[in-house]
Amino acid sequence: MQRRTFLTLAAWFVGTTSLTHATVIHNHVPWAPRPNSPPEMVRPGPWQFFTLDEARAMEAIVDRIIPPDPETPGGKIAGCAVFIDRQLKGPYGSNQNLYTLGPHTHGTKEQGPQSALTHAELYRKALAALDKHCKSTQGGKSFAELDADAQDDVLRKIESGEIKFEAVDAKGFFSALLKDVPEGFFSDPIHGGNIDMVGWKMIGFPGIRYDYRDWVGRHNERYPHPPVSIAGRADWTPAKS
Amino acid sequence: MARKLPRKDVVIIGLGWTGSIMAYELADAGLDVIAIERGPWRNTATDYPPGYAADELRYRIRHELFLSPSQTTFTFRNKMSETALPIRTWGAFMPPNGVGGGGVHWNAETWRFLPSDFVLKTHLTQRYGAGFLPEDMTVQDWGVTYDELEPHYDRFEYLCGTSGQAGNIKGTIMEGGNPFEGPRSRAYPNPPQDQPFGHTLFGKAARELGYKPFPQPSGNMSRPYQNPLGVRLGPCTYCGFCEWFGCGNYSKASPQTTILPALVRKPNFTARDNSEVTRINVDGSGKRATGVSFVDTAGDEWEQPADLVVLSAYTIFNVQLLLLSGIGKAYDPAANTGVVGRNFTHQTISDVVSFFDPAKFVFNPFIASGAIGMCIDEFNGDNFDHGPHGFVGGGYMGHVQTNGRPIETTPVPPGTPSWGAAWKKAVKENYQSAIKPGTGVHGSMYSYRDVYLDLDPTYKDRFNRPLVRITMDFHDNEIKQNKFLTDKFAEIFQAMGAKQVHKEYRKAPYDITKYQTTHLCGGAIMGTDPNTSALNRYLQSWDVPNLFVLGASAFPQNAGYNPTGTVAALAYWAADAIRSNYLKNPGQLINA
Repeated sequence: MQRRTFLTLAAWFVGTTSLTHATVIHNHVPWAPRPNSPPEMVRPGPWQFFTLDEARAMEAIVDRIIPPDPETPGGKIAGCAVFIDRQLKGPYGSNQNLYTLGPHTHGTKEQGPQSALTHAELYRKALAALDKHCKSTQGGKSFAELDADAQDDVLRKIESGEIKFEAVDAKGFFSALLKDVPEGFFSDPIHGGNIDMVGWKMIGFPGIRYDYRDWVGRHNERYPHPPVSIAGRADWTPAKS
Repeated sequence: MARKLPRKDVVIIGLGWTGSIMAYELADAGLDVIAIERGPWRNTATDYPPGYAADELRYRIRHELFLSPSQTTFTFRNKMSETALPIRTWGAFMPPNGVGGGGVHWNAETWRFLPSDFVLKTHLTQRYGAGFLPEDMTVQDWGVTYDELEPHYDRFEYLCGTSGQAGNIKGTIMEGGNPFEGPRSRAYPNPPQDQPFGHTLFGKAARELGYKPFPQPSGNMSRPYQNPLGVRLGPCTYCGFCEWFGCGNYSKASPQTTILPALVRKPNFTARDNSEVTRINVDGSGKRATGVSFVDTAGDEWEQPADLVVLSAYTIFNVQLLLLSGIGKAYDPAANTGVVGRNFTHQTISDVVSFFDPAKFVFNPFIASGAIGMCIDEFNGDNFDHGPHGFVGGGYMGHVQTNGRPIETTPVPPGTPSWGAAWKKAVKENYQSAIKPGTGVHGSMYSYRDVYLDLDPTYKDRFNRPLVRITMDFHDNEIKQNKFLTDKFAEIFQAMGAKQVHKEYRKAPYDITKYQTTHLCGGAIMGTDPNTSALNRYLQSWDVPNLFVLGASAFPQNAGYNPTGTVAALAYWAADAIRSNYLKNPGQLINA
């Protein structure tokens, strides 16, 4: 094997954490009394990827993408910024599972994204550019310091391509937000967003209940039970005083 | 330096559906069989138990059970004049990885192709004349007939415990089934699954429009089932986390739930996981395979000698290994010579999203299985007269919505802003009363001279091997077909009482970022002439007779159905030919 190939391989193996040990299977079904790949639960605590300035901007952004209303909290309370913070710190942020080898050439829309930037780099550069833009056009205020209408106006102009950033694709950043923020609102709370399953309660999604045999034939009747997360459900524990 | 392992009778490359079927059949015939699988061993209790299998972010969005593009990918371009670029993140299709292959995370939509699909060129030419087909269309007959495959379809359905309603038993049309299907020797092993509300309404509306709707044939169990190998499956719970996910409930037919428990107990079977075959080795004559070379995840290189080689990886990887091993002549679209890479196809999918009055309709979209709902087959294959329409091919269509997973399935009416208060309100209002059938129009894609696979001149995988280059675009025939089918499909939702019906036609150019299905077909096709096919009608290589190549790579063109039933039937058909004929007299089964 060529040295270069070996080094590429070695890097790939180190970057992969589970289920990668080659085994010979003979006369038995491989089995261990534990899951091979249990879920990783996001823990509360300080920001892991965002700086404090970035986090302020992100909490403002997620609350405009999904604003609060009288019945359902917005993206900020739902933990969408925390979700994105943890995602960017992990394999998603570093593009770990994607094909990252060059050359990086710009192609047609049908050929898909070709950027050499990782998701983490995209957010880092775009958030810096966003605050720089706001400060230079909004009397020295950062994005988080603007009122909601002004924030919406900035976001709309990024979406339409009217506002461009120097060092990074502003529209590409907005596309990432439109994917990542709803993912935080609707994914299982173990990932850091959808706190108290607010996204699921809003639409009536029961989470991971996994068995609807008693309801499949009950046509046009709203499913009555509250949602359940991979981490269970607090009010399943009887709280009798 | 590769370490050489002791010789085996058979080496199988890839332990998905076809590899498992072939391994079982050949081990059952007494041969010493080893299967080499690129990805990890996977099993229900340890890899996707119900406690965390239903994680939409992890499995649907981040694709955990699939191949990572960091392991390997493909390059793509629409036209031969363009420079292909790598697929950096999956879009139009999702290559599987690991033991069980796509069988772990498929929907389990278990179809048979139409009798006319197998003799497509002959059938269309006889009915419409040769001039009716586009000049650059390269459809062919398969070299095998529906009647020959019928017993093998039957075996697979009974292995899987397929739930469904027969439409044609030995020529007798059965009420409530698909009247267009080829004759089957007996009923499905299990009755159809229960139908949720919206799916039932679709069936009723289709019937009132004069169609003959029938339940989607499903590898999700409608009741407990023990298959002929003694493996037991449990009833499906309609959890709504089927396709893209492993089933935590032993309710979806997969190699893990139907065949591997029996296969692994055979003392003459061995599997090696996390080991990627890099080459099929051939002797000096180029006419005989001597085994395979592979690399495990420790980076160690191995050589596995064997008398018989079975290539049963995913479509494109079958083609890649043939090209990298120099087996068969590579296809050259300009000269129209060679066979490996030829007649590559995908599918022509579109959808219709309908919005109903939230005050009157509660669909509970999260109550579903991976293969559920009501379908019609009036517009599939050549079930209707194409003469007035100016295209060939077709597809089944149905309300087969498989989930209400909220990241993926929160449709909003066209014109709704994509964020902000209006978006949030529309999501909330429509979640329970919208229908998004998934692969609603499941159209065929026929083959063309300029749609093919070869090796990319620039981009490499982590072993420094060239990536496969996909050159693919939609042709007018498929675009016309899709327009016609999508319009017919939308009429049914209008008849159901939708207040708004949004048609999402499939349009050219082919877009590698937009998911259709993972039904890539062709590239190493079966046929009757070595000049236009890589394999004979038993899936045996014309060039290297001790090599059989299984999977949808053998399809000369793709039909308007999900392929797995046909892929598996062909695997049983090839296994039968090996057991009945090849082993007695190893060599070319067909004299071309």
